[in-house]
Amino acid sequence: MPKKVIMKGNEAVALAMRQINPNVVAAYPITPQTEIVQIFSSFVSDELVDTEFVTVESEHSAMSASIGASAAGARAMTATSANGLAFMWEVIYIAASLRLPIVMAVVNRALSGPINIHCDHSDSMGARDSGWIQIYSENAQEAYDNMIQGIRIAEHEDLKLPVMVTMDGFIISHAMENLMVLEDDKVEDFIGEYKPQYPLLDIENPVTYGPLDLYDFYFEHKRQQAEAMRIAGRIIKNVADDYEKLSGRSYGLVEPYYLEDAKVALVVLGSTAGTAKACVDELRLEGKKVGLLKIRVFRPFPYDEIIEALKGLKVVAIMDRSDSFSSFGGPVFNEVRSAILSLERPPITLSYIYGLGGRDVNLKDILGLYHDLEEIVFSGEPGEVLRYLGVRES
Amino acid sequence: MKLRGNSWRDVTPGGLIPWPGNSRQYETGDWRTRRPIWHKDRCIQCYRCWVYCPDSAITIKDSKVAGIDYDHCKGCGICAAECPDKVVALEMIGEEEAIQSVEGFKEAKSDKEEKGEKPNA
Amino acid sequence: MPKVIEIRWHGRGGQGAKTAAELLAEAAGAADKYIQGFPEYGPERMGAPVVAFNRISDEPIKLHCHVTNPDVVLVLDSTLVGKIGVTDGLREDGILLINTNKSPQDMRNLLGSIGKVFTVDATGIALETIGRAIPNTPMLGAFIRVTSLLDLNFFIAHTKEELKKKFKGKGQIIEGNLEAIKRAYQEVEGE
Repeated sequence: MPKKVIMKGNEAVALAMRQINPNVVAAYPITPQTEIVQIFSSFVSDELVDTEFVTVESEHSAMSASIGASAAGARAMTATSANGLAFMWEVIYIAASLRLPIVMAVVNRALSGPINIHCDHSDSMGARDSGWIQIYSENAQEAYDNMIQGIRIAEHEDLKLPVMVTMDGFIISHAMENLMVLEDDKVEDFIGEYKPQYPLLDIENPVTYGPLDLYDFYFEHKRQQAEAMRIAGRIIKNVADDYEKLSGRSYGLVEPYYLEDAKVALVVLGSTAGTAKACVDELRLEGKKVGLLKIRVFRPFPYDEIIEALKGLKVVAIMDRSDSFSSFGGPVFNEVRSAILSLERPPITLSYIYGLGGRDVNLKDILGLYHDLEEIVFSGEPGEVLRYLGVRES
Repeated sequence: MKLRGNSWRDVTPGGLIPWPGNSRQYETGDWRTRRPIWHKDRCIQCYRCWVYCPDSAITIKDSKVAGIDYDHCKGCGICAAECPDKVVALEMIGEEEAIQSVEGFKEAKSDKEEKGEKPNA
Repeated sequence: MPKVIEIRWHGRGGQGAKTAAELLAEAAGAADKYIQGFPEYGPERMGAPVVAFNRISDEPIKLHCHVTNPDVVLVLDSTLVGKIGVTDGLREDGILLINTNKSPQDMRNLLGSIGKVFTVDATGIALETIGRAIPNTPMLGAFIRVTSLLDLNFFIAHTKEELKKKFKGKGQIIEGNLEAIKRAYQEVEGE
């Protein structure tokens, strides 16, 4: 039987990693991810896993060791946050380019400065073009579920792409919540045995990883990588279907919430999707036609699902927990807006930057935002496209 | 495993090379400006040239030095320098001179014809 | 009562506000409630004012933000009263439970008209039962009495198991904590 537990997000991710029992974990601690590494290392010393745990001296080495292990044929995992992810920068591209199915938990934290340890998405949004699949989690349950599904997605024979599973730092990583966890053997069966296609350790069939690849073939390899990303959405959905049979919890690339008859909606990812759902519940009781679209998978970008979900709306506020400093909205805004421009009558779109450096976003903030959107429906005047939610104006 | 073609649909994932020893397919013979000429009648089969050649371009047949693999020989001259002074079974000549001589031309042509698979990326 | 009970803890670094929020979350979760328990992480040090939060509900909790309009506020250190806004956002019919040896009426005089005020000498109880001035577990006993959200015996049995994990082989500390919970449950006073 699945078990009801009370856990923090970090504990849930560490538990998922124990159940996955990877061959190699190479990780370096950084707030707010530290607990994952700490708890997992105790699983290693208590011999609850068979994992080779590599205590590296930096995140650059953590990713490099994961790449080496994965190329050797190991199921390799790691975890990081913020500056740690930034420090992995050059090697995360290599992991994706070499098509190594590494699964990494990213506990979202602001990329300083000034120095800050709290949640925003500037770390993982910065890595959005690195070729990693990105799955955002609303709560500890989703972080747990996404980690387990992440293994199946990454290792799928048509993909072989690394997967980043994110959860909001402190808000989820350090908050106790209820969740349902699967039995160890069910997880083991679900992920199956890893059968690497070209393991370096297969000395009967020697291979070369990462050769020099200039203008003669580099482009073909990149095009092939892009193709894997293009078909990844379908595979992520298939894995979610299988996972639903096992867990009873259903997942898509996006999660529409009361959008069928909605006039205004938010597009949001991460923990704020939960707070916004609570707002929708409240406003629906008042008969307001409001809805929400949560983006679960940001890479590959689910443009078909987004177009389908947002058609017919009047005003859409697209929420970014990071700024691109383009002075024309955040990354989620730009991509969602560009996707829905293909609609015959696209909704008015607004960019809301919110919650930077862990700035709390509460019910009242989001209720106010929905109110503003309804005003725009009424007046037909969109006003400023780029807005900042919850910043001191005076 | 062989490549079906050179399109993005055909290349191996991440540029991975599952063909060990494929450096043989990468021909470096055209880097050469001077070439060693091997005189079979003078050779004492000491193997010094074979040991020192950095490109494994001294060919061996039935445990005997049998000639030079001009597809891979870069013309560095190490073989000629290592060939014992009293023997001089290997001599370096200019590539232009070799191509102009009928014998050299034949040799260059037959090298190309013997070549196996097309080189890969 | 509203659907989601929102709770805010005020304490000082070292008094166990975070641990108390976690113990409460674990106990309520074990009683089949939906819960959240999380502190506000800042540059807190021993003695610095700290805040922690709980949510308890019979339905899944979607909110992921700080508690700004609590139904219950627990103050682990009465010297915070008047210095920081312990009653900020407290609902009109909310409960304010303060660790002090003063009477609810005395605290009311300090705070003005807001919510229902309860007091308990949790530090005094902790010193007598545990031998250390850590008021978090007795505050939980008083909390159960004033909110009736959990059954006392269930909570004691559950907390015993949780404390066994935290204090392996320290039976005295565990028994002291349980005694503190029971005494605070009896001794808490309301207006």
